[in-house]
Amino acid sequence: MNMVQALNSAMDVMLSRDPDVVIFGEDVGYFGGVFRATDGLQRKHGKQRVFDTPIAEGGILGVAVGMGAYGLRPVAEVQFADYIYPAMDQLISEAARLRYRSAGEWWAPLTVRAPCGGGIFGGQTHSQSAEALFTHVCGLKTVIPSNPYDAKGLLVSAIEDDDPVVFFEPKRLYSGPFDGHPEKPAVPWSKHALGEVPAGYYRIPLGKASVVRAGEEVTVLAYGTLVHVAAAAADESGIDIELVDLRSLRPVDIETIVASVQKTGRCVILHEATRTGGFGAELSALVQEHCFFSLEAPIERVTGWDTPYPHAFEWQYFPGPARVARALRKVMAA
Amino acid sequence: MDRHRSLRLHIPEPRHRPGEPADFSDLRLPKAGAVERPPVHSSAFEMRDLAYALIRVLDEDGRAVGPWDPQLEADALRRGLRAMLLTRAYDDRMYRAQRQGKTSFYMKCTGEEGVAVAQALALEPDDMLFPTYRQQGLLIARDWPIVDMMCQVYSNSGDRLKGRQMPVMYSSRKAGFFSISGNLGTQFSQAVGWAMASAYKGDHRIAAGWIGEGATAEPDFHYALTFASVYHAPVILNVVNNQWAISCYQGIAGGEEATFAARAIGYGMPALRVDGNDFLATYAATRWAAERARSNLGATLIELFTHRVAAHSTADDPSRYRPADESEKWPLGDPIERLKQHLIGLGAWSEERHETMLKEVEEQVRAAGKEAEALGTLDRGPLPPVSTMFEDVYKEMPWYLRRQRDELGG
Repeated sequence: MNMVQALNSAMDVMLSRDPDVVIFGEDVGYFGGVFRATDGLQRKHGKQRVFDTPIAEGGILGVAVGMGAYGLRPVAEVQFADYIYPAMDQLISEAARLRYRSAGEWWAPLTVRAPCGGGIFGGQTHSQSAEALFTHVCGLKTVIPSNPYDAKGLLVSAIEDDDPVVFFEPKRLYSGPFDGHPEKPAVPWSKHALGEVPAGYYRIPLGKASVVRAGEEVTVLAYGTLVHVAAAAADESGIDIELVDLRSLRPVDIETIVASVQKTGRCVILHEATRTGGFGAELSALVQEHCFFSLEAPIERVTGWDTPYPHAFEWQYFPGPARVARALRKVMAA
Repeated sequence: MDRHRSLRLHIPEPRHRPGEPADFSDLRLPKAGAVERPPVHSSAFEMRDLAYALIRVLDEDGRAVGPWDPQLEADALRRGLRAMLLTRAYDDRMYRAQRQGKTSFYMKCTGEEGVAVAQALALEPDDMLFPTYRQQGLLIARDWPIVDMMCQVYSNSGDRLKGRQMPVMYSSRKAGFFSISGNLGTQFSQAVGWAMASAYKGDHRIAAGWIGEGATAEPDFHYALTFASVYHAPVILNVVNNQWAISCYQGIAGGEEATFAARAIGYGMPALRVDGNDFLATYAATRWAAERARSNLGATLIELFTHRVAAHSTADDPSRYRPADESEKWPLGDPIERLKQHLIGLGAWSEERHETMLKEVEEQVRAAGKEAEALGTLDRGPLPPVSTMFEDVYKEMPWYLRRQRDELGG
């Protein structure tokens, strides 16, 4: 399966298992989603369970919170992460705080799926990585998968979780892995081990990172598309990295991070999102606090620049393998 | 030359300001009994005139007249009267408690007791309520213990919300009273979602949401009406137009050009505009909308036309923006006085019985106050254990919250 099919399968499995799961969003129903993630689900499970909504992200999330309060398990789609901002009030002020402010009388067991990230000439409003806006919000969980197998297992966990989960899907990875080399021919997930996805139910726990490549010299903390960029940069630089795919940003898997940095003594943090106030700053602070006496070099961050995501300068903006390799060499030289 | 005259920005102004006599002479109030009562299956288009009318049942002499008279038994009317009196007595006590420093904040609903009490009694006990911070009468009409409400206001050891919420942000799952949020309007679209869920599950329960006229300018108002209309959600969307959003009169929210009920017409939703100080009219309109929702005919918007008699909150001084005599001049009077007069006219009430009931609710509030204060006040404690501050952020406490709790100690 590619990532879209894996996500579709996760929703199909959950619709079949739990009558309280409902799925909705813009173009999600009859049409099956602009990225086909909900293709066929309305036909199979019925209009009441998979349906189209008005174009109103704030309304979609407001309604989802109300449904959650009733006892349903809504899975709402926001067409692009770039358009999640009208829903911020419902996510931050309501979904994230409902359990706390009602002392557990109500909660918001909802999942918000939103395609994120660049590398697709999406320009300013089809490329953003907004995760740091959500990792700052207590009460929310934030998840970003990097491959079809994880995407399905994490989405099943997100839907079953009783806390609100913002589930960002790197759209550049929907049809195949992408290592930051746009000039290379695209490789489909069918030629990748992680494109092998079980048809039935399985889950990957939230809050657990995955060490996708063991190594000795540098710990690389990455998620989403940059997991693949990191692997390419390691191959090209010949540096023996330990690559940690965080998968869940909040709660983040501190144990895996600390164990790795204590072993390697060096840390490079990657994300596509802009640098200042990005999630990399939190990761850097955590590594510094927990691993200070193990560190042999300053922590490096390779991120998007502090600019809106440009159209024509896509590959100067996107933190590709060359920039990552440069950072790897820099921490090794320190 | 006229073609080149400068443009001019219009800023709405209330009809009167401090130092001026309150003047409501331009309010055109229809007579009680004058508005037709359409069948609940009427289309929004057929009944659009009601969005500009004002449903009134009690006439100048306190008699119930016209097609909207819900013909309630005297017992039901007395129950409503008692809940309104209790709400007012509760408000007075908690307002004083704030002034005495026993808590940080309070908000009264004086003059609007009829809205919450009549609407609560017109709904089924298991219908779900999505209130604002000024519908405490809903809880009281549902016989929720006022001791519990007081504990919330005091953030004391008996506060079920563990001191996490500002006073008046009640929550009661048992009473079907949704957790109040400080963010205006958000509950309006949530009420629609709850109603959609009820319809999805084939339930019989409906939802009701409340919003003030000021907050109708928030996007959630538009979301709620759009989604309720699209999905025929079984919900009642109530706009409490008490004329004031803190210091801004309702014209600043868009009320100068059209009624708030009229907003519904563009969404294809029936609207009722009701005298919110008329217990019977409010009850009847709510019953109408509830019957419509329960019959799968969809949502209704009700504008409850009333007046905010008290300050916005204990942090507000209305004498800085409106005349001191405004509520005395308010032409729709007081909801408690009007229902009392009606009951006396029916021969089902008397000044003596009223005095007795007033003393009784005051005694009830006094006794509850003592009980609540024995469980603590914000200034003196005892408060809930501070370690509970870290609970319920998530279902399971994550590692970093456990560490932060340990760091705080205790």
